[in-house]
Amino acid sequence: MYQWIARKGSINSKEAAMAQTVILGEKVGMTQKWVDDKVIPVTVLRVEPMRIVQIKTTERDGYTALQVTYGHRDAKKLNKPAAGHYDKAGVQPGKRLVELRLDSVDGFEVGQEITVEALTAGSLVDVTATSRGKGFAGVMKRHNFKGMSASHGVHKTHRTPGSVGACSFPGRVFKGKRMAGHMGNEQVTTLNLEVVDADVERNLLLIKGSVPGPNGGVVSVRNAVKAAVKGA
Amino acid sequence: MKTTDLIDQDSLRDDIPEFFPGDELKVHVRVVEGGKERVQVFQGNVLKRQGSGLHETYTVRKLSYGVGVERTFPIHAPTVQKIEVMKRGDVRRAKLYYLRDRIGKAAKVREKREF
Repeated sequence: MYQWIARKGSINSKEAAMAQTVILGEKVGMTQKWVDDKVIPVTVLRVEPMRIVQIKTTERDGYTALQVTYGHRDAKKLNKPAAGHYDKAGVQPGKRLVELRLDSVDGFEVGQEITVEALTAGSLVDVTATSRGKGFAGVMKRHNFKGMSASHGVHKTHRTPGSVGACSFPGRVFKGKRMAGHMGNEQVTTLNLEVVDADVERNLLLIKGSVPGPNGGVVSVRNAVKAAVKGA
Repeated sequence: MKTTDLIDQDSLRDDIPEFFPGDELKVHVRVVEGGKERVQVFQGNVLKRQGSGLHETYTVRKLSYGVGVERTFPIHAPTVQKIEVMKRGDVRRAKLYYLRDRIGKAAKVREKREF
């Protein structure tokens, strides 16, 4: 209940910044590129043309988004509901169905293809992906705690967090206290990365700097929603 | 072949002469100073080559007024106008770090003689 109110409140109180263009890609790897006599690090994404399967509108669904697919999948290997869904849209089945939230879905239609052309070199983008899973990690790795001294009488507690609270008051450990636990394998967004090149012929997108997740991972690239704030 | 190699292809240079550790090189480096561009020559022995593909680099060592100076260049750097191979060195190692401990005549690399 509490969560529901919080979530609803955040939507009502402030309109969240949303993207106008979003594309999906697959992380290929990193390399370098010479631009103006300077070498810059680039991440290569393979962006196969996306096909719109369904359009979610405010009237019908309460929010605006595009449901897209990309790549190819054998139609015989689909289950009945999925096959029906693709049939209704008249779109060839793809690797997976992904929903992309957008500010407005005007001008998009079912069956339309979106390619890497949607982004141009020099523009700023936000890249979202699932980070590499690190498993159960201690506080030094997970929260950058300093740990304890290697010597000076420290015994068997070199990587421990130390004290986690006070005494009989408050008599408990505060909520949100940073401790050891599962790290990684969560959604991470890197803001304001520059597009170095959008290669339509080879369906490749080059982004300056690093991108979350492992090679082969699916990433979504949207135009930067906070870029204006940064530039001001 | 990795997919990223296709991207690298655009940045690769094909006018790089063949050279090995021990060779003496003249590296012509473009230097931009206050909007004007000039060419600086760095001459010395190749200490090592490191890496592969677009990321490959080489280190050139020379003695300047008795002080050893080493510069590392990416092989495919567009800032290097040209590379001249002056001498072929006759060496038995891939990394000539031992040259750092030597001065004077001992720091000389024997020239390769072709028969």
